[in-house]
Amino acid sequence: MLIRTLRNAGLAAVSLLVISTAGAADITGAGATFPAPIYGKWAEAYQKATGNKMNYQSIGSGGGIKQITAKTVDFGASDMPLKPEELEKLGLVQFPTVIGGEVLAYNLPGIKTGDIRLTGAVLADIFLGKIVKWNDKAIADLNPKTQLPDQPIAVVRRADGSGTTFIFTNYLSKVSPEWKQKVGEGTAVQWPVGLGGKGNEGVSAFVQRLPGSIGYIEFAYAKQNKLTYALLQNAAGNYPTPSDTTFQAAAAGADWNKSAFYEILTNAPGKDAWPISGATFILMQKVQEKPVQALEALKFFEWAYKNGGKLADELDYVALPESVVKLIRAAWGNIKDTSGKPVWTGK
Amino acid sequence: MSSFRQGTLGDWVFLNLTRSAAIFVLLMLAGTIASLVYGAWPAIEKFGFGFLWSGEWNPPAERFGALIPIYGTLATSLVALIIAVPVSFGIALFLTEMAPVWLKRPLGIAIELLAGIPSIVYGMWGLLVFAPVFAKYAQPLLANTLGKLPVIGELFSGPGLGIGILSAAVVLAIMTIPFIASVMRDVFDVTPAMLKESAYGVGATTWEVVWNVVLPYTKVGVIGGVMLGLGRALGETMAVTFLIGNMNVFGGFSLFLPGNSIASALANEFAEAESAIYTASLIELGLILFFITFIVLSLSKLLLMQLSRQEGATT
Repeated sequence: MLIRTLRNAGLAAVSLLVISTAGAADITGAGATFPAPIYGKWAEAYQKATGNKMNYQSIGSGGGIKQITAKTVDFGASDMPLKPEELEKLGLVQFPTVIGGEVLAYNLPGIKTGDIRLTGAVLADIFLGKIVKWNDKAIADLNPKTQLPDQPIAVVRRADGSGTTFIFTNYLSKVSPEWKQKVGEGTAVQWPVGLGGKGNEGVSAFVQRLPGSIGYIEFAYAKQNKLTYALLQNAAGNYPTPSDTTFQAAAAGADWNKSAFYEILTNAPGKDAWPISGATFILMQKVQEKPVQALEALKFFEWAYKNGGKLADELDYVALPESVVKLIRAAWGNIKDTSGKPVWTGK
Repeated sequence: MSSFRQGTLGDWVFLNLTRSAAIFVLLMLAGTIASLVYGAWPAIEKFGFGFLWSGEWNPPAERFGALIPIYGTLATSLVALIIAVPVSFGIALFLTEMAPVWLKRPLGIAIELLAGIPSIVYGMWGLLVFAPVFAKYAQPLLANTLGKLPVIGELFSGPGLGIGILSAAVVLAIMTIPFIASVMRDVFDVTPAMLKESAYGVGATTWEVVWNVVLPYTKVGVIGGVMLGLGRALGETMAVTFLIGNMNVFGGFSLFLPGNSIASALANEFAEAESAIYTASLIELGLILFFITFIVLSLSKLLLMQLSRQEGATT
């Protein structure tokens, strides 16, 4: 009996070894936590379709940038795009994979989703601590039909550094000069007011628990937790409903070409564009010492752009519009092996 | 051959094995300090000693200071100890002196089990169960009683959201009680029965026996237990992160306000810290926590030395 268990254990160990050696040609990536669920799903489906494996470690955007710079992975992932000059310095190329949106969830008993409309300027004043009550004139003027309570506003925001925070603070910096000057944008900022929750789930938990609270979270979390959220005025002056179409509208309006994909989809022009949208990005080395690995990685993303849309949809991510994918394929031409030959051949 | 008898060789091997184990600890310690200093060097170079008393933590502007996390770390740990030490003392006292024999074992085991609960569980419980109750009942009560007193009233002012330095401290206290209580119980148990019975024999009450016989006899162990608890409180990460509110701006001395601790700042921000100076500042925070622990340990050793010197003077 004991011997048999031991032998089985030995067999298991051997088969593990076999698996890990067979995986030597597999591609590895590391970085942002926000897209980790969809990369995981894609990897699973990709393996079923092609037999090739992709391993993704969700260690955070900062970690992703460090790993790809150190060349320990085939690709890095970041929620925050790198500025063109930074890409140049690190010798990297970046391209977006999926889009997501953020909403302002609030907890006001009796007030439904869409009953509260906010402009960017008013939102910035709330997060600056200048508007402290729900029945403040600035909010009341935007919502004449809603009975606003005489209740203090409890601001909730992320405590951990995150791409979600970067996108949100980037939006506030665009719509409020005061925010830009006093607080600025980043994966973590010096918040003037508010309670910090850990992760999207931490912020959702705070908002659900504290009456009078408002906090920014990924749209998927608001949907899954059935939170009420505010409508936001976009750059065109409309109040679109957050959804796949309005997130895509924000992506379609962006001018991806001019800036090495350094495009943050906040306050995007289009008339239906949701104002706080953002893409998540992949980083790769410009000069590839292992072109075969790089080609495998690009093949994976090519497969994902072609076949991954439905899976993305199921997880509440939004696939990129075809026009953007075309630009990405063109940009892949910049990834070259050491002799200067492009890695991506179009197939 | 005779000089290498089996016994001597064994002794020699054993001595060197244990010696290298001891040296290994020292090497680890030196290595930790060296790598922390190395990692923190850009921040040390840029901010100098100002890092210690600057209350600004502003990643976009790349200006960092450790004052808020230092304050939060010390405040939560101190308040936790103020709650945990008397409670643990009571538990240990009851278990060793007053509990009926049949209750001693189950109660003792229950306390040790509490020590084994992972801190994330305390954090989730604190956030989802404790904080709402604390905000609804305990904080208004504190504000209406202690909050009305002159100086310490300041500590219990403002709106209670259930999240903040006090909530983190209370949960920390619950987490440290098992450690302190079980050490106290163990050392109380080793007090020679003869000493205690002599004291009872001359008519001392239970309290007098504990205060005048048991405590003086076990003070080294008791202080050790308290320091163990303090060490746990200073470095506790997950439970504090969930409850402290993670606010990097100083709003006042009220314990109801959200704050931040060194460990939770590290846990929250390290993964996404993208610039070199940001990472270096976080590592410097780690270095500071290291020094705080070091100072606390030294102070406790000093206190013990002081105590044993006094002992010599009075007897």
